[in-house]
Amino acid sequence: MSLPLQLVLGPLLYFWPRDQVMNFYAEASTWPLQRLYLGEVVCSRRQQLRTQDWIALAADIAAAGKQAVLSSQALLESESDLKRLRKLIDNGDTLLEANDAGAVHLLQQRGLPFVAGPHLNIYNSDTLRLYGRLGAQRWVPPVEMSGDTVRLIAAANPDIETEVFAWGRLPLALSSRCFTARHYQLNKDDCQFRCLEHPDGMTLATREAQDFLAINGIQTMSAGCHSLLDELAALPAQGVRAVRISPQHQHLAAVVQAFAAAIAGQTPLADLARLAPGPLVNGYWHGEAGIALKETAHGCA
Amino acid sequence: MPLPELVCPAGSLPSLKAAVDNGADCVYFGLKNDTNARNFAGLNFDAKSASEGIRYARAKGVKTLLAINTFAQGAESARWQHAIDEAAELGVDAVILADFGLLDYASRRHPDLRLHLSVQGSASNYEAVNLAQQLFGVQRAVLPRVLTLAQVEQVIANTTVEIEVFGFGSLCVMAEGRCLLSSYATGQSPNTHGVCSPARFVRWEEGTHGMDARLNGILIDRFSPDEPSGYPTLCKGRFEVEGSTGYALEEPTSLNVLPLLPELLRIGVAAIKVEGRQRSPAYVAQVTRVLRQALDKAAQGGRHADPLAMATLGKLSEGQQVTLGAYNRPWK
Repeated sequence: MSLPLQLVLGPLLYFWPRDQVMNFYAEASTWPLQRLYLGEVVCSRRQQLRTQDWIALAADIAAAGKQAVLSSQALLESESDLKRLRKLIDNGDTLLEANDAGAVHLLQQRGLPFVAGPHLNIYNSDTLRLYGRLGAQRWVPPVEMSGDTVRLIAAANPDIETEVFAWGRLPLALSSRCFTARHYQLNKDDCQFRCLEHPDGMTLATREAQDFLAINGIQTMSAGCHSLLDELAALPAQGVRAVRISPQHQHLAAVVQAFAAAIAGQTPLADLARLAPGPLVNGYWHGEAGIALKETAHGCA
Repeated sequence: MPLPELVCPAGSLPSLKAAVDNGADCVYFGLKNDTNARNFAGLNFDAKSASEGIRYARAKGVKTLLAINTFAQGAESARWQHAIDEAAELGVDAVILADFGLLDYASRRHPDLRLHLSVQGSASNYEAVNLAQQLFGVQRAVLPRVLTLAQVEQVIANTTVEIEVFGFGSLCVMAEGRCLLSSYATGQSPNTHGVCSPARFVRWEEGTHGMDARLNGILIDRFSPDEPSGYPTLCKGRFEVEGSTGYALEEPTSLNVLPLLPELLRIGVAAIKVEGRQRSPAYVAQVTRVLRQALDKAAQGGRHADPLAMATLGKLSEGQQVTLGAYNRPWK
């Protein structure tokens, strides 16, 4: 029996060369996805695609029959950040994912609906209800939220769709400092775009060689790959309507296929650990440390 | 030009008195539970100590601010709402909130209660600050430690909300309210439990390589026998990235804006905040005294930080190091 879950692609969190991005989305628009999120969420210096290019790409994807959503930058610091944000919002057509209260302000002033992104810090029903009044149609809980808490908040807000982060290195923190530039002993203003060399970020290991975190410019991610593939069957009862796959450099088509198969009620065949950019983790969903891995009875990892 | 208020931390009644006695304009504190972002054992106030602290501060003309700056968790926000009711009852001069749902509650239930948007509310731009003003009547916002001085000036120029900035104390290298590193390692974060790298998960182990500092079993730092060992705050540990080992995110260091005080006065910040509710009364007394003198001197047109004041704050800093943090572009 198939599951009532939409499969969606989250925004690309890494910095890839323009051609690679265009090829990636050309391919992704043929995958069994209901929705694709586009745009630069992490760093204002990443301009292989400019705002106008993302807007055009969203239009192409919509023309190919998929829903496109433009994701806004999560950490807004400068006037030029706000200028790009206004341009993104005033794109004319495409729905926005708001990742900062500043974006919510601009959307609300224009009376536009939006997706409340994972960086908005919605931790309870009252806050989600408030964002609903401001125009949120769908929300993505903070990635650290447990499945039990998601269920409670979703149940209290049945008119707002719940979409959860279900695959990929977890976006854990944002800073005004660029850690990739710091690694290369460069200033952020002269970073030489070294992120381009690290299409899945740079793994940060403990001095016991435990893969712990990953550096992605101003963002710090988990080294581990969060996966809810083994939890999918339980998600609809927890109020979840959509699962989000986060783009990665390799094997993403196979990851999407594995999720699509599981949603279709088939047993996914893929060896998940082989497809992951780091060790599999799922602790957050079970109310534990995010780095933990709770095995399920039919776990295939 | 009005002088910015000096806002000082009080993790306990003795610290509150130390701040008041040494020249704070405001003191901020939290309740003994997870409704505030310094939810540490032995810290914070119950109703009785809060009343006494408020009385003490008020008698000396000092304002009191109650921090309820974690995010209410789950389907019911009752514990956090109760903390807001308690704040109103206690008669504090303002509450410091981060959660939009709680700001909504406070503005409806207690329309006369003054609201400050906490640094944990992550408002790094004037559009976010102005949304909080429009929705909740927020009168002051504390900016995350991510902006350059010019960017702080830009925020001030585009809002009528008072702007408070950090002046001294342990430096968060991550944007406040946007850091889940602690829960990734332990299951508890500032947003969910009011803690970062919580002590109950810390273990020190003497090994053949030296002293290992672990957080929930994860090796955060390793100190050689001739090195002083420090607390394993996640973002200030030593890690290996592509073959090089070091402080990949940030060194143990404190923010110190003394050299920037004349500029902060010029751009019109409303308040300067000192971090450190987890610090001792002696620390609070010293830092408050130094900053009080520095502010008064800057108000009289002083352009340079007093070397003695810099030295005093240097000794009180994490790792005896200070930085201008994001105020200074090259730090980024």
